Amino acid sequence: MTDSLVKIRGLKIGATVYPPGEKPHDIEIVHGVDFDLEKGKVLGLIGESGAGKSTIGLATMAYGRGGVELTGGEVWVNGRDILKTSVKDLRRLRGTEVTYVSQSAAASFNPAKKIMDQVIEAAISQGKFSKKDAEARAVELFRKLGLPDPDNIGSRYPHQVSGGQLQRCMTALALCPEPDLVVFDEPTTALDVTTQIDVLMAIKEAIRDTGVAALYITHDLAVVAQVSDDIMVLKMGDTVEYGSVDQIINNPQEDYTKALVSVRSSEHPEKPPTTEPVLKCEHITARYKGTNFDVLHDVNVELRPGQTLAVVGESGSGKSTLARVITGLLPPRDGRIEFDGRELSRDMASRSREDLRELQMIYQMADVAMNPRQTVGTIIGRPLEFYFGLKGAEKRKRIIELLDEIEMGVEFIDRYPAELSGGQKQRVCIARALAAKPKLIICDEVTSALDPLVAEEILNLLLNLQEIEDVAYLFITHDLATVKAIADSIAVMYQGNLVRYGTKTEVLSPPFDDYTDLLLSSVPEMRLGWLEEVIANRKMESAGN
Amino acid sequence: MGLATRLVVQRLALGLLLLLAVSVLIFAGTQILPGDVAQSILGQSATPEALENLRRDMGLNEPAVTRYFTWLGGALTGDLGTALTSGADISEAIGARLGNTLFLAGVAAVIAIPLAILLGLIAVRFRERWPDKLISGVTLASISLPEFFIGYVLILIFAVKLRWLPPLATVYDGMPFGERLTLVLLPAITLTMVVLAHMMRMTRAAILNVMQSAYIETAELKGLSGFQVIARHAFPNAIAPIVNVVMLNLAYLIVGVVVVEVVFAYPGMGQYLVDHVSKRDVPVVQASGLIFAAVYIGLNMVADIVSILANPRLRHPK
Amino acid sequence: MMKIPLAAMIGLIFTASYFLVAIFAPFLAPYGMAEVVGGVWEPMSAKHWLGTDNIGRDLLSRMIYGGRTTIFIATAATLVSFTTGSVLGFTAAVIGGWVDQAMSRFVDLIMSIPTLIFALVVLSVMPVTIPMLIIVMGLLDATRVYRLSRAVAVDINVMDFVEAAKLRGEGRAWIIFREILPNALSPLVAEMGLRFIFMVLFVSTLSFLGLGVQPPEADWGGIVKENKDGIVWGIGAALWPAVAIATLAISVNLVADWVLNRTTSLKGGRG
Repeated sequence: MTDSLVKIRGLKIGATVYPPGEKPHDIEIVHGVDFDLEKGKVLGLIGESGAGKSTIGLATMAYGRGGVELTGGEVWVNGRDILKTSVKDLRRLRGTEVTYVSQSAAASFNPAKKIMDQVIEAAISQGKFSKKDAEARAVELFRKLGLPDPDNIGSRYPHQVSGGQLQRCMTALALCPEPDLVVFDEPTTALDVTTQIDVLMAIKEAIRDTGVAALYITHDLAVVAQVSDDIMVLKMGDTVEYGSVDQIINNPQEDYTKALVSVRSSEHPEKPPTTEPVLKCEHITARYKGTNFDVLHDVNVELRPGQTLAVVGESGSGKSTLARVITGLLPPRDGRIEFDGRELSRDMASRSREDLRELQMIYQMADVAMNPRQTVGTIIGRPLEFYFGLKGAEKRKRIIELLDEIEMGVEFIDRYPAELSGGQKQRVCIARALAAKPKLIICDEVTSALDPLVAEEILNLLLNLQEIEDVAYLFITHDLATVKAIADSIAVMYQGNLVRYGTKTEVLSPPFDDYTDLLLSSVPEMRLGWLEEVIANRKMESAGN
Repeated sequence: MGLATRLVVQRLALGLLLLLAVSVLIFAGTQILPGDVAQSILGQSATPEALENLRRDMGLNEPAVTRYFTWLGGALTGDLGTALTSGADISEAIGARLGNTLFLAGVAAVIAIPLAILLGLIAVRFRERWPDKLISGVTLASISLPEFFIGYVLILIFAVKLRWLPPLATVYDGMPFGERLTLVLLPAITLTMVVLAHMMRMTRAAILNVMQSAYIETAELKGLSGFQVIARHAFPNAIAPIVNVVMLNLAYLIVGVVVVEVVFAYPGMGQYLVDHVSKRDVPVVQASGLIFAAVYIGLNMVADIVSILANPRLRHPK
Repeated sequence: MMKIPLAAMIGLIFTASYFLVAIFAPFLAPYGMAEVVGGVWEPMSAKHWLGTDNIGRDLLSRMIYGGRTTIFIATAATLVSFTTGSVLGFTAAVIGGWVDQAMSRFVDLIMSIPTLIFALVVLSVMPVTIPMLIIVMGLLDATRVYRLSRAVAVDINVMDFVEAAKLRGEGRAWIIFREILPNALSPLVAEMGLRFIFMVLFVSTLSFLGLGVQPPEADWGGIVKENKDGIVWGIGAALWPAVAIATLAISVNLVADWVLNRTTSLKGGRG
């Protein structure tokens, strides 16, 4: 205890909320948290949204974001309670003792100033280093973090480097003043999976080489398991479980922790290929209006009735474009789409109502996929009325049946989307799609905006509904864990090309092509030492580097 | 540097094109609209011979396109024709009056710009506290006031009751600068109050927008002092939106000047235009309208060019 | 059920009373509009609550009749501006393509000339009558409404729920009236208030310049013009209409602010 760098006791954090139509009032978002962090150690803070993990991280700098206030408890850093220290001392703490790496480096860098000036600013302002020494240290950090052209990258502006590179620059910014503690707040969440792994490794090595202590905040237990010594699991502002990384991953005690550990491990038994496909895309080539390059080149895929085809890829792979082509929102330049034995018109406007009914879509952002001025009943009821002419009591009966299928009660029928949780919103969107009795539903990243446990519930719901309704899913995602949990066959896309395609077993069995290998190996696994193994065995540099 | 330069050149070209289109519009608005200009000048009782003479003198018998190009050619070479009512040379009359108007607008701008930025900064500094609320309350009120109301209240207080300043601003050529400044002070204060509210509100919004950026949080978390955060991180990003705000409001000031000149009987462009609208002196109206539009378009163009030049993404392309 | 904040309540009451006075002007005004009933610029008295004007007419009566004219012109011009602007704006947003381009560029052109200047240019050749004022003011201002409604509709048009409706096969009418309009209504209603204020200021300014409502017809801007010479003698008759304009404008502003705030809170702050 004597040489602990950070000692937090009974930390309580409050915030002022401004609910619409009500008077602003104060609520408590963290209800008394304790932990210790020794020099050179890494503590992972993990939890779903609303757990209070970022707020706790910023508390080690005595900083409250927005209307957040530190209302109680003690935060000891380097032997003093920083909630009681002077403003001057606090500035010194923030500049030289504790530093911060945010989720979005792109927003956290000042667009009007060169990277180098921003990286060395804290160290110079606080008088810790001379300008020359600070620059030398920055270049060394750039090199250590694996940035290209480390001697000159500092003279660029933030928008001139890629997202993954900027995230490393932010890490250099945090490490430059030789702090005792760095707070990493979801530093890899916004990155593509193959980029994430490189940044993660760079951060891990930088922590090891500089001997700095770190708080690593994330919602992804598999990620935090790679870099932490200890892990604290948080839920709604309370500590659920706190222990060594080995204990949390391999021997979790609390149900909530167990759920988080097993969340990405569900496997879906693959169905054998049957009969005629419900959807057949042949030689699909497409480009957006006003551009001069194809975003899809000669894509061929098939999907059987009642089965799931997962289309996997990173941003820019063309996976969402494929969905737009199939729905007819973006008519392809070349190729044909066969649906349920008949050829689909390329343009949505010239498709029959029957074609439209049998092909439904669910979106990533359930928030904006529903008209905020319509009730749940109207949203689910409209397709019933539109396609089947249902009215009055008959329509209401069917709406209640559908609400029942998505495991929501009749009491939701008159609520507006704003009154629902994220998971409930997505369920309503599923019900709206099912109301049309479709043969195929396109699911565009439907779980990626959700917390892991909620996402898993939605996936299970989709699988159950597939059994009941015998509907096929075209499941677009960037997340391979989701793919394993739901797919029967898989299409891997990379820069507009289909690089691998087949049944789940075929696609996930070696030998792999280079990109699939990279993609598969980049998905964080819930075990210790995974990161080092992967980096040692890779064949291909990450794509979005 | 290529991208920013190209955008600036494009914006300049657009400005010129717009000006040309506006000249067509003004010409068409006064010449092709139903209603005979000659008739409206001479009134219903005019004899057919008088009408015909006037039409010939005004070139109304030529096709509209020919008349337009004659007019435009003249305007480009500084010949705006002669006024129908007085027969005076329009370019000459406008020359003196434009100077007066620019002087008035200039004095108003010199008072308004620093004041608006200062008030904007105070409002941001004390955001959601009483100084901010007071300022936004007063600005809400002043946006709702007609220009002439502000003018007359000021006259009533400062000229009639207190007798500090003269009620009318009748400047003449060759008047000493100091005297001219005294006369112009009251109208300039009126104009200031007209634009202050907008300018301050927009400045406040522009600064707040910058202050809520994530990079300001980064700067605070570097342990920089409040002054350092503002000087090094907020200011370089806020300068462009503020310049933009200033330019847009100067353009707005150009409109306010019309009414204020009438209130104070100030011999500028605004009064000149209003006088000749009621006299239906079309050549004068065309010429003054074109000049007002040109100033307005020019200021808007400067505002856009500043935004282009201040954008680091355009200044330092990938 | 619905709570109205105090400021908005005050705004609503004032706005409503102004409109009521305008509608019932002939019953409320103590004297005739153009009736000379006393001396020049008599002070306030029990007989003439606001005194008399520059030729001895009862100022209160002129104010009431003037309000009627001003509010009528402003309301009519707002309606012209709103119907033209919003219909064209929505059409441009939903149709898109060259129709949108052509209309938007034309609006850009009109808006590159200050509204007052444009109005003066047009009124220099047109007969200055009340219908003409309404049309000129309404059409010039329609450009602003066009820009706003087009922008709002374009924003909503790209939302996933509109795409979902298109994918369902809904017709254009359903998309405009059931998906876009309910979400665009609040900002448009708030804007309507602001446009109305602008119209009141605009017509008053024109009349003040002698280019709006023509005497002996009373309107607020005209009353200022008639009585402005009194200012130099310390006679405040010209200020009454200005006070009326300002209070009406502030009241409508308070209501519009409230409508706008309700919109943002309904969206749950998600923009």
